[in-house]
Amino acid sequence: MRLAVLETEKCVGCQLCMFACSRRQNEAGLAKSCIGVRSIGGMERGFMVVVCRACEDPPCARVCPTGALELRKGGGVSLKPDKCIGCGHCRDACMVNAIFWNDETNKPMICVHCGFCVDFCPHGVLGLKEERRSNHGEG
Amino acid sequence: MVKDDRLTRVLSVDLSKRTFSVEDRTDLFSRYIGGTGVATQLLHEECPERCDPLGEDNPIIFAVGPLTGLYPLASKTVALFKSPLTGNLGESHCGGRSAVALRMAGYGALVIRGASDMPVYISIDGHDVHFRDASSIWGMQNFSSGRIIRENEPGAGLRTIMRIGTGGEALVRYACVTTESYRHFGRLGLGAVFGSKKLKAVVISGKSSIPVTDTKLYRKSYREIFKTAVESPVMKKYHDLGTADNIEPLNRFGGLPTRNLTEARFDEASGISGETLAAHYLGRRLACSHCPVGCIHIAALRELYEDEEFFYKTSMISYDYEPLYALGSMLGIGQADRYLKLMDRIEAFGIDAMSTGVALAWATEAMERGLITETETKGVRLTWGDHTAYMEAAGNIVSQPNEFYRTLARGAEDAADRYGGEEFALTFGGNEMPGYHTGPAAHVGTLIGARHSHLDNGGYGIDQKVLAKKEVTPEELTTMILDEEWWRQILSSLVVCFFARGIYLPDLVPQLLSVAGFDLQPNDLTRIGREIHREKYRFKYREGFSLDTLRIPGRIFETPSPIPYMNRDYVEQAIARAQEILSL
Repeated sequence: MRLAVLETEKCVGCQLCMFACSRRQNEAGLAKSCIGVRSIGGMERGFMVVVCRACEDPPCARVCPTGALELRKGGGVSLKPDKCIGCGHCRDACMVNAIFWNDETNKPMICVHCGFCVDFCPHGVLGLKEERRSNHGEG
Repeated sequence: MVKDDRLTRVLSVDLSKRTFSVEDRTDLFSRYIGGTGVATQLLHEECPERCDPLGEDNPIIFAVGPLTGLYPLASKTVALFKSPLTGNLGESHCGGRSAVALRMAGYGALVIRGASDMPVYISIDGHDVHFRDASSIWGMQNFSSGRIIRENEPGAGLRTIMRIGTGGEALVRYACVTTESYRHFGRLGLGAVFGSKKLKAVVISGKSSIPVTDTKLYRKSYREIFKTAVESPVMKKYHDLGTADNIEPLNRFGGLPTRNLTEARFDEASGISGETLAAHYLGRRLACSHCPVGCIHIAALRELYEDEEFFYKTSMISYDYEPLYALGSMLGIGQADRYLKLMDRIEAFGIDAMSTGVALAWATEAMERGLITETETKGVRLTWGDHTAYMEAAGNIVSQPNEFYRTLARGAEDAADRYGGEEFALTFGGNEMPGYHTGPAAHVGTLIGARHSHLDNGGYGIDQKVLAKKEVTPEELTTMILDEEWWRQILSSLVVCFFARGIYLPDLVPQLLSVAGFDLQPNDLTRIGREIHREKYRFKYREGFSLDTLRIPGRIFETPSPIPYMNRDYVEQAIARAQEILSL
């Protein structure tokens, strides 16, 4: 399963997904959130949801010099913190800016596609999908 | 509160000295919770007695509370200042991203002191505070200045950009501060206070953790509130049509102020109703940070350029009940596109839609009665329903080309003092009236409310839910109004949106506060609510307010309201009762 952005245009920018991600990690606030929502140049134009899209061949893993990002079944990566040296190459390699950064540990924070945030999206913007189709037009 | 919660940190910024400092104020937060409770104390500390509201001594205080960033619908920031409109307690609330941004930046309150000698804006990103040159955006309207700051500052997706338009710069006494294009510290002139300090904007962003006492209880209680917010009927109207939903029912009830309250029913109400706007114009819905409801409704208005065929512009313009009343029915404007064009102009100037509409309504009637002529209005023929005349007049309120517009920029009460027509200048405690002629509770509520806002105590709701069904004495009414206002001190100290008052009930709040490390029981909340309110009245009395000398516009007794027994005696008795209770 992977997290997918189903309908960006329905996003009202409430940020509940961001807060949900923190709670999933037994946190409150936003420091640990692995999902972001921001306006497309002002709220009048709507929003984009910034989150790992579970690439089949993720550039972040490819550039990791220590193999700390292991390929996840179904797409995306999972972090092996012991191997990570905090170089930040993964963040630079992700062109959707979906690699968030933990300033305390100096390591990346990346969506694990658990789907916890989906339950808290009041407008059906987010959903869980079985597998990635390689065509266009979604998430 | 929980150890290491940064809520108790107060950031103070001095515009005169270009310095800033952070102080821990656990003393205030533990006693007054946060939000309005803490901000009121900071106002007492920071605001010198009888200071000039537009002088450098007037402080600006922003505060959030323990539930901000923790629970949904805790989405508001409280601002306190001395109002340049009323010369007394200024308090205004705003959502957008402001509350979460301030809390995530690691502060419970922000105090702005002094004044700059050149245009500046303040940028706060966590512990970084910068004073930035705003010369290039001074004189710029709201939307454009927001756009430029957005491109120059960090924190996309996490920040609030509070800014003023030309109205604030020109010290229009009811200029507002706009955040995120469509939300406002709307009332009582915070925008003019910004302008007087040469402060164009405040940008705040941050991303931090909030410690809680019990993670399990936090997650459980969060889920319950979320569920109620998205499923219960108490939030449905805000969700579907937004606050514009109120136009039709209030009109049927006979409580929709129309043409300067010469009537309380508007024959063209359906033209500006929530239903009409949704059917023909609704283009996008937005939410404040951490709010699942998304009550912000934005219309898409497509207009053809008059001088060029096949050349259109599409503007995204917000609508809500109060501006629809003030710039719609109050001015006799019953066509949605006309309302939207006027609203767009008002937003660009950054002046309060409510005060502007009521001031222009006074001016229209004054013109009808010959108290003012086109000499005063510089050739603008103010006529009910003529939105282009109102757009021109609004521009003059900002540019202030003559004494008349300079006076109108000080509010309807000052204008009536100078030109006459006091009985139909619809201000309460110096603040222009909200959109409710529902009965005595609405009017007594705004008269005795600490900031003369309909949201102080929701009197209009008491008219519709209680007085419409049974007769109550003036004394009973005052008790009902004050009970509500006392409780709202708690809501605005947490700080939760008043639209969520049906969710954040007195029995539930202690449990949520316990997650934030506050051990307060319902009776403690009752006591603290009263104390905060008393502290506000202490400020008001200090600055010369008196319930004795309150001006009650005669018009409210001439135009029948839905509550037949409303009259001057009744209202005065209710105020007399308030005076007994609120004497210090």
